[in-house]
Amino acid sequence: MTARAAALAALRPVLSVVLALGMLSLGLLLLGYAPLPALLALASGAFGSSAAWTATLLKASPLLLTGLAVALSFRCGVWNIGAEGQLYAGALAATAVTTRLLPGAPAAILAPLMSLAGAAGGALLAAIAGALRAFRGVSEVISTILLNFVAIQAVALAVHGPLQEASRAYPQSDALPAAALLPAFGRLHLGVAIAVTLAFGVQLLIFRTALGFRMRAVGLSPVAARFAGISPERHALVSIAIAGALAGLAGAFEVAGVTERLYEGLSPGYGYTAIAVALLARLNPLAVLPAALFFGALEAGAGAMQRTAGVPSVVTQIVQGLVILVFVAIPFEGRRAPLPGAPADGAA
Amino acid sequence: MEALLDSALRLAAPLLLAALGELLVERAGVLNIGVEGMMLTGAFAAFVAAVATGSSAAGVVAGAAAACALGALFAYFAVARRIDQIVVGTAINLLALGATGVGVRAIYPGGAPTAPTVADLVLPGLATLPIFGRSLFAQTPFVYGGALAAAAIALFLRGTRLGLRLRAVGESARAADAEGVNVTALRVCAVLAGALFAGFAGANLSLAQSNSFTEGMTAGRGFIALAVVIFGGWRPWGIALAAIFFGAASALQFRLQAGGVPIPYPAFLMFPYLVTLAVLAFATRRAHSPEDLGRPYRREAG
Repeated sequence: MTARAAALAALRPVLSVVLALGMLSLGLLLLGYAPLPALLALASGAFGSSAAWTATLLKASPLLLTGLAVALSFRCGVWNIGAEGQLYAGALAATAVTTRLLPGAPAAILAPLMSLAGAAGGALLAAIAGALRAFRGVSEVISTILLNFVAIQAVALAVHGPLQEASRAYPQSDALPAAALLPAFGRLHLGVAIAVTLAFGVQLLIFRTALGFRMRAVGLSPVAARFAGISPERHALVSIAIAGALAGLAGAFEVAGVTERLYEGLSPGYGYTAIAVALLARLNPLAVLPAALFFGALEAGAGAMQRTAGVPSVVTQIVQGLVILVFVAIPFEGRRAPLPGAPADGAA
Repeated sequence: MEALLDSALRLAAPLLLAALGELLVERAGVLNIGVEGMMLTGAFAAFVAAVATGSSAAGVVAGAAAACALGALFAYFAVARRIDQIVVGTAINLLALGATGVGVRAIYPGGAPTAPTVADLVLPGLATLPIFGRSLFAQTPFVYGGALAAAAIALFLRGTRLGLRLRAVGESARAADAEGVNVTALRVCAVLAGALFAGFAGANLSLAQSNSFTEGMTAGRGFIALAVVIFGGWRPWGIALAAIFFGAASALQFRLQAGGVPIPYPAFLMFPYLVTLAVLAFATRRAHSPEDLGRPYRREAG
């Protein structure tokens, strides 16, 4: 790659964001909204005060974890659309362990156990998709979409049944015991710091370990990897299970750091936004940090924009869609692979 | 029982329409996970046009046209530019959810009105048949449309030269290309046809199942349509049965919720997905799924 191409590649995400925001402004103008006050309200709602920063970081944290999950699996050529379901599975497992299994355990045990349960729940759900692909040749695209629905319904089942609060007033779980909650600094819980640390961890895993090397090899060409004695099936399973653990952790941190209860509709689609996050980061774990911050700011600022400028907060979805399309539409060198980590020979 | 069949068919119709469209797309070797967004756009445009013109028929046409426009966008990126189909489909879904959500609030600041609906069509004579007469023949036109489309697509795929070419492109784009079939053109057409059906499915939701549009009203039905295609084994009649199965599951769920039966209803909603997963796991894949599904075709690649 020439220096110019490298610079262009690095500029692509920034250019995509700028172009997407420009297109959004144009659209708002056509619909009769004033774009500049709307964007300013968005920015001030996301970064204008320490409360705004807190809201942004709290929204960015699950996006960071699920974004890392998507990036990790896409790097291995595994099209994991299931971060949303894996997040719910993690939240479900974390709630079950803390409100039913060991509600009386001390904090030193319960909070770590809660996190482990969340990671395990997400990993387990993801491993179903991984195993179906490895042993039965079932496309993970389809199975992860189906498993999203299974997980969401499982949460519904749980909060209407075995995990419903003792008073039975609402379809939600009991409040998590205080010992299970993440230590917090104001509203900012420890999970945010853990998520940031994990971004560095995933970066090391992908680029500095043998396992990461093999996963990338599988992602670049499953055929070549097989000739080199690397099993594409086994690595697909491992990568999606790790991804599921990350997304499951996001779910556990939501219930133990933000909502303190499990209920239906816990996630506003973090697991789907995660795909935009990962792509914008060009599947680089460290770049997922700013990408998650950007989309977290959008989520957090959208409410303020709706209140002060009257622009519906659902425009954030338009920005997400536009960023993806603009990003993939910008031509860049190395036309063979549409994405870093996408199989160049097109074998899905 | 009659009422249950009636509502099962009504709930199955949008799934059937969207899934039949997706069948054409997938048989041509393209995986369009943007069905959800195309369906939502169809529902939105159908609603807006029906309210503006006062005609539900105009609404249906507008819904189909708007979904086709989104289909063209998908085709441009995923087929012509060969960008990964999953990525483009995801972007389409996000765009559609945002644009229709903003649109409905911008157009109707005071809340969405009610639209003229597509009336049920009672087939004279047949509807008076005993037992299932009314459930089958006093239905919304979308149910008849779905049944006719299933028959037409079955004939098209099996009995026409174009249908054969379409399947050839889905099984092996390279071989079809060598035979002189224009792979890109055929795939673009298939995507547009799929979007057309998704548009009809959307219109079914906003102009027959309800008489209004609400943000995100497809609520995952586009994804269910993907499951219906698989569960139906990539065959039109199999898809019709699968759609009825999914429709029956949600009809049963509504019934149980209303009747206060102590079976938790999410179990019924989860069931079809679990069955689809089981079908995927235990069916032999090569016998069903198009061989080149999801693979962009590039002539110079080899």
